[in-house]
This record gives sequence, structure tokens and C-alpha cells, in this order.
Amino acid sequence: MDHGNDAAFVEFERVQKSYDGETLVVKDLNLSMPKGEFLTMLGPSGSGKTTCLMMLAGFETATHGDIRLAGKPINNIPPHKRGIGMVFQNYALFPHMSVAENLSFPLEVRKMGKSEREAKIKRALDMVQMGAFGGRRPSQLSGGQQQRVALARALVFEPELVLMDEPLGALDKQLRETLQFEITRLAHNLGITVVYVTHDQTEALTMSDRVAVFEAGKIQQLAPPSELYEKPMNSFVAQFIGENNTLEGKVTQIDGATCTVQLDSGDIIDAMPVNVSHVGERTKVSIRPERVEFNKSRLREGAHTLKAEVLEFIYMGDIFRTRLRVAGTDDFVIKTRNAPDQVRLSPGDQIEIGWLAEDCRALDA
Amino acid sequence: MADATANGLTAEPKSGPMMAADGRTLKSSLNRALRREKLRALALIAPLLIFVLVTFVAPIVDMLFRSVENQIVSETIPRTVDALADWDATSTEAPGEEVFASLYTDLVVAEEYKRHTRLGSRLNYELTGISSVFRSTGRSIGRFDTDIYTDQFIAADPAFEDPTQWSSWMADDGLRTALPLTADAYDAWVGIMVEVKEDDPLEEDIYDFVYTALYRDLAAGAVPAGMPSIDVSGFETVSLRELFIDEDDAWMNVEIWQTIKTYSPSYTDGYFLNAIDMRNGPDGAEWRPENEQLYIQLFIRTMWMSLAITGSCILLGYPIGWLLANLPARTANVLMILVLLPFWTSLLVRTSAWKVLLQQQGVINDILVWIGLVADDNRLVMINNATGTIIAMTHILLPFMILPLYSVMRTIPPSYLRAAKSLGATNWTAFWRVYFPQSVPGIGAGSILVFILAIGYYITPEIVGGTKGVFISNRIAYHISSSLNWGLAAALGSILLILVLALYWAYDRLVGIDNVKLGG
Ligand SMILES: Nc1ncnc2c1ncn2[C@@H]1O[C@H](COP(=O)(O)OP(=O)(O)OP(=O)(O)O)[C@@H](O)[C@H]1O
Ligand SMILES: [Mg+2]
Repeated sequence: MDHGNDAAFVEFERVQKSYDGETLVVKDLNLSMPKGEFLTMLGPSGSGKTTCLMMLAGFETATHGDIRLAGKPINNIPPHKRGIGMVFQNYALFPHMSVAENLSFPLEVRKMGKSEREAKIKRALDMVQMGAFGGRRPSQLSGGQQQRVALARALVFEPELVLMDEPLGALDKQLRETLQFEITRLAHNLGITVVYVTHDQTEALTMSDRVAVFEAGKIQQLAPPSELYEKPMNSFVAQFIGENNTLEGKVTQIDGATCTVQLDSGDIIDAMPVNVSHVGERTKVSIRPERVEFNKSRLREGAHTLKAEVLEFIYMGDIFRTRLRVAGTDDFVIKTRNAPDQVRLSPGDQIEIGWLAEDCRALDA
Repeated sequence: MADATANGLTAEPKSGPMMAADGRTLKSSLNRALRREKLRALALIAPLLIFVLVTFVAPIVDMLFRSVENQIVSETIPRTVDALADWDATSTEAPGEEVFASLYTDLVVAEEYKRHTRLGSRLNYELTGISSVFRSTGRSIGRFDTDIYTDQFIAADPAFEDPTQWSSWMADDGLRTALPLTADAYDAWVGIMVEVKEDDPLEEDIYDFVYTALYRDLAAGAVPAGMPSIDVSGFETVSLRELFIDEDDAWMNVEIWQTIKTYSPSYTDGYFLNAIDMRNGPDGAEWRPENEQLYIQLFIRTMWMSLAITGSCILLGYPIGWLLANLPARTANVLMILVLLPFWTSLLVRTSAWKVLLQQQGVINDILVWIGLVADDNRLVMINNATGTIIAMTHILLPFMILPLYSVMRTIPPSYLRAAKSLGATNWTAFWRVYFPQSVPGIGAGSILVFILAIGYYITPEIVGGTKGVFISNRIAYHISSSLNWGLAAALGSILLILVLALYWAYDRLVGIDNVKLGG
């Protein structure tokens, strides 16, 4: 983390949070975001995502550490002066006000004139395609419409930073995808900085500039989506993001960018050492299903292979998903593209599989 | 077919009603389904409904009926009421002999049945003093000098002494029509013999008032066929008017007769007029004299004090409700027990405790004097007045405000306040524009509850209210149990009921009754 970075817009520095004085819900959080970035906090339930957001918004105070906004510490600024837009998981649209009144609220408390208010409300509602619904009560809107209004309300007073806590959690898949697209489009058009919380990894991967993977109050990895998927830094991230095959074993040899690992079944495989440093260390190797090869001609000379038995072959349209028994585990999965020349395996087939060493990452045990 | 249904759902509604699968109109099959549910619901509430109807609604209806019912006058002195029809109520002269003669018959009968004192009490509500006139006259009515008629008739023909002879005369329809007063008096006498004395009317001496009636019939020129013909023109007479006035000269007083005449119909608005400090004068309704006015002032006091109690319950209860709704569950439970604690103590004990606390030599005054806020010779008067009632009743009714407030506030997610603050509202703006409007249904429910309970409260004002802090309900209780003027009590109760309904209606118009929530 380069704390000296002038471009950092939002900064968490060694932030800790405890609710009960016994357990740390957020442990030593360091995070630095440049202006205009779309950052997603992704993690399992209870990992402290909402807590981080609440500290940023000012509804919880950090037990320790500094939070800075545009270089200024905000620990002592009350929430209403922080100028941070917020979209809540349950939308929190005021039920006793119409849609237009909801949007007017942040402008009224800023003492804005009536005509200016109306212009802004109209612009914000049009932006989320809700221009025709200004007179309705929130209870008269569908979930997706309420979501759009909540978004418009968070944006109408033109905050530079917008926080969203699982804003699409309650919607069905199709609507989510539409809105995911709309939110990213708006964020980029308006140039706002967004901190987005979700526990849906697809959402995180498709929307964000960078994703912070949380677990147990710690950021496990902070990286752009592609890096997160292809180069997970530890076994938690590898398993949490995307589908992943894990094999356990011991490092037997390290040779620069490659190493060999002896699995518990006795088989030897090639891997890339990521966070193993010496021979004899236990490791979990992680390999993505689509990087497993069973066409020997595509493997490197001298690469190690493993014997595998096909247990199940699932036709999924664009891809084939095959479950194998490999090195004592029954849930080793490979995915192959449905191409004209692709081999279709059937249960009972005995095959040999292998991979490029750089696709197989030897991670912490 | 499936296609058609799908189209039917999205297409513009066609003319003609929608059909359900079985060919009935959709509406009628929906109604049928609903009716069955309604019947089931009705069966579930039937036991309670019957219980309430029998033990609660029926007595109340009966009670309310008493506020206009007034049969007692026309039942006790029917002949007088008839005779008074011709008397001009605006005259300055008491009625004539005819009316007094009727009153004589009526009172003799009423005295035998011991009904005249009840009538006296009833009329006393309208004109103070009338009850003693009825009582004293009733006592001496048996000694009125009407026996001269008896003696003269028997002297003229001994047949007049024979009860069996009378009985056969009075069985003759011709005679009965010729002697209407006599027939009426004789029937009344038979009634007394059978019902009160439990004697045989064929063996007892006939009473004087029957002979008096016979004299009045004959003097009026009746010609009875089948009875010894007697010329009464030579009879010595006595004026009943004089006898009554000799007994109590109050009978000369026109007001008594006006009162009797005014209250002779079977139904009266008198109780209601009384309940709003008016009365029926000779020229219709009029205000009672200033020093007798009481009830309007009491109604106003009941209203404003109930409003003050409701107001102070809102002020004290709102923060508690908020705390309860926002504290962690365990602390909130402890607080809730404290809120409910008053329910576990007898109402009487709590009220008496306030008496101990608030009196001039009480705990609160002692502390104030000790601190030096109040001089020892100038202790605050906080009991036996409106202040005492308001303080004690606020305390007693507070839970009824807190509970609905709490249950409504509990349903307001804290994220609304957070959202408001994140949108730039200060704590106060967020509360006032976002939280408060959503808690209004709780305030509404609590206020209606507290106000309606307060307006009919009785025990607490009775104990701590003194004279300046009592409610209309205390007056109602007084009329029910002490003065026994149930009609007035019923009229006061009806007015109270109407006031509450009117306020409820006004509330519905102003705030909307949908805006009342007890929870959820
Ligand atoms: N007000 C609170 N008081 C005490 N503990 C809390 C409070 N809020 C959250 N926690 C605890 O802090 C931890 C982190 O909670 P947080 O709400 O940040 O999780 P999250 O990552 O947002 O989870 P989710 O995905 O389920 O929303 C959890 O263990 C939770 O029980
Ligand atoms: Mg959360």
C-alpha cells in the first residue's frame, strides 16, 4: 500500500473494528482507492463488509485506525456532513413520501431552490428510466423499480462517493443483470467513485475495476477481476472465486517458476509456487477446470500426468462438464468447450490428465 | 384454450362479466367463496359476540333508554295527568277542584301501593322540594274529611254499605258507563284489596274515595239506572282543593303543577336538558340559573384534562417507546417489564401512593422544601385538584401510550434514519421528517386509547381530584349510587358516548383511522 499516494480518494489505514470488545470484526484493514474507481467488497456472510461500509458512511466508528476521504480524516465528521451517497440493501425509501419527495429530500436539506430541485429530480429519474413514476409511493413500485429510485436518490445530490450494500440482493437473476449493467454504466458516465458490497462473485467480477475479497475481517486479496480469477493469492480466494479443483500434498522440489508436488495419493504433479517457499512444506494446489488438459499432444514434453476415471459427463450446451476420480478425490471437475472436434467422454473411461505448470498454483495449505 | 386465457389476461377487458371455470360469473363464485369464510369467522366469534350482547350491550341499551324514559308520572297519577290536560301551564293560578279530586284518587291509590314517594323523588330532580310535599300529603291523605260522602250515602240508603251490592252494580255495563269515575275508583279499590291487602273485596268496607267519586258523578248529573236513586243536591260537600291546601300550602304553588304537567308524557328530554344545564320551563327549554349550572363545565373540564393527560402521555411515552424499540433486546426486555410493572399493582394502591407523594406534607413537598425551592409555609398544592388528577392519571395511563408506540416504532427499520443522514439530514431533520411521520400511527393509537380511557376514568379523580379535579364520570357515579337519579346518569353517559364517537369521527376525518396501528 502506498499511503503517500496523492491520488488516493478513499483510504483505510490500519482500521480495526470491534462491536463487543472481544472479537475483531474488521482486522487491520488497509485500502486505498483512486477517484472514479468501482471497487467491490466481496466475501462470505459475516466477513465484515457492511461494517466497513458503515464506518465509511459514519454510522459506526472505527475502534482503531484512520479513514480518510480526499486526504482528510473523517473520523470526526458526522454522517450528514460526509456527502456520501448510499444505497441500502432494503432500499430504505421513505414510505410516507412519494418517489419525487424521496429524491427531493437530500436537496431540501441542502436548502436548494424549488426550480433547481425539480430539474435535478427529473434528470435523476430520467437517468434510471423512472421519469414517469415521480408521483408514486415506494410501496406502489416493484422491487426493481424501487432499486432504481434508491439509486437515483443516492445520486441526485451529486456525491463523489457512493456506497452500495448488496443493492441487488433481493432481485431475480435477469433483473440483476440489467441493473448491474446500468449501475456500472452510470458510475462510469458520472465519474463517481463507488464502493459496492456483494456476496455474488459474478456480480463482483463483471462490475468492478477492483475486487477486495474479505474473509473474517481481513482483505484476502485486492485485485482486478481477471487477476483475482487467474492468479488467486491464497487457497481461500481460489476457492471462493469461480470453480476450482483443489489437491493437497507436499512440495518436493522448487525450481524457480515451477515446482513439483507430491500429492497425498503419491502422485507427482507440476505446479507454480505462489506461497510456498521451501521443500517439504504442505500445500493446496489449485487448478481451474477449464485449464485441465487430457489431450496429451497439447502438454509439454516431460509434464507429469495423472490417471483419472470418468464418473459423470454433463452436457451443458456451450460446455461439457466432466467429473473425474483423480488422486483419491471424487469431485475433480474439468470443463471443455463444445467444439466440433471435441471428444465426448463417457462414464467409466480411463484417461490421463495434465496441465501447464503455470495454470496450477501451489497455495497455502 | 390456454391461448385464449392468456390473451384474456392481457387484453382490454371485454364487455360482459368475466366467467369462472364452472360458468358462473367470476364475481358470484368469488362471493360464494368469501361467504363461506365469513360464516366460519362468524362461528368463531359467536360465543364472545353473544356474551357481549347479553352482558354488555343489552344493559347499556337499557341504561341509555332510561335517559328518555318517564312513565312513572303517568303511571302513578294517571287521572291527574288527564285532568291537567285542560289546565293552562302559563297561568298564575293553581288548577281547580277537578284536578285536585283526580289527584285525591291517584294519591290514595299510590299511597296504598307505596308509589307516591318514588314519584316525589323523580319530580324532585326537576323541582327541589316536591318530594317532601308528596311524602307529607301521602301520610295524611287517608285522614281527609271525605268520609262525609260515605256517611251521607249510607244514611240515604243502607244498600250503599254492602260490598256484594257494589260488586253487582259494578258488573253492570250500563251503570259503568253512566258512572265512569265511580267505576274507575271502584276498580282501583278492588285492585288495592286484592293486590295490597290480600282481602276479599266482597267482604270489606268500601273506601271513602269511591263514595267521593260517586258523588262527583252524580253531582255532574249522571242518572244511574238500577241503583237507588239519590238526590245529592242536598249533600253537605267538602272541597278537595281546600283539603290539599290545608294539608300543605305548596299545592297552591303553580310551579309544582307546571312541573307535573311538563313531565307527564311517557318520554322526556328533561334528563338530557338537565345534563346540559337546561330545563323545561313553561315556554320550552331554558337555561338553569347560574348557581345550578354544573354539567357543561364538568364536560369541558373532563375534555381538557383528558387532552392534557393524553398530551403528557405522548411527551413522556414517546422517548420511552423509542428507547424500547432501539435498545438491544435484553435491555429492552428489562425496560418493558418496568413499563408493565404498574399493571401488576392495584390501581387503588397506585393512586393512594400518589396521594402520599403529592400531599402538602408529602414526600415531594418535603424534598422541595428541603432543597429550598419552596418555602415551608408555602407548600405546593398538588393534590385534590386538577394537577393531582393529571399527574396520577398520566402515570396510570402511560403504558397504554407506550405499548402502541413501541410496537409501531419497532417496525421502523433503523436504516431509514441512516438513509436520511446519509442524504445530508441532521439528526433532528432525520427524526422529524423521516422517523416521526412513520411513528404517527402509534401516536394516534395511543392517544385514542389514552383519551377514551381518561374521559371515562372514575377511581383516580375520585381519590385525588378533590372538587376541582373530578370528572363527569364521578358525577355519573354519584347519580347512579347516591342520588339514584338514573335517568340523569344515563343522559350524562349518553352525552359522553356521543362526544367520544364525535371525536373519533373527527380524528378519522383529520388523520384517517387507517393511520392507527397497534403493531405490525
Ligand atoms: N451492531 C452489531 N453489534 C454486534 N455485532 C455486529 C453488529 N453488526 C454486525 N456485527 C457482527 O459483525 C460481523 C460482521 O458483520 P457485517 O454485517 O459487517 O457482515 P457482512 O460481511 O456485511 O455480512 P453479510 O454478507 O451477511 O451482510 C458479524 O459477525 C456480525 O455478527
Ligand atoms: Mg452486510
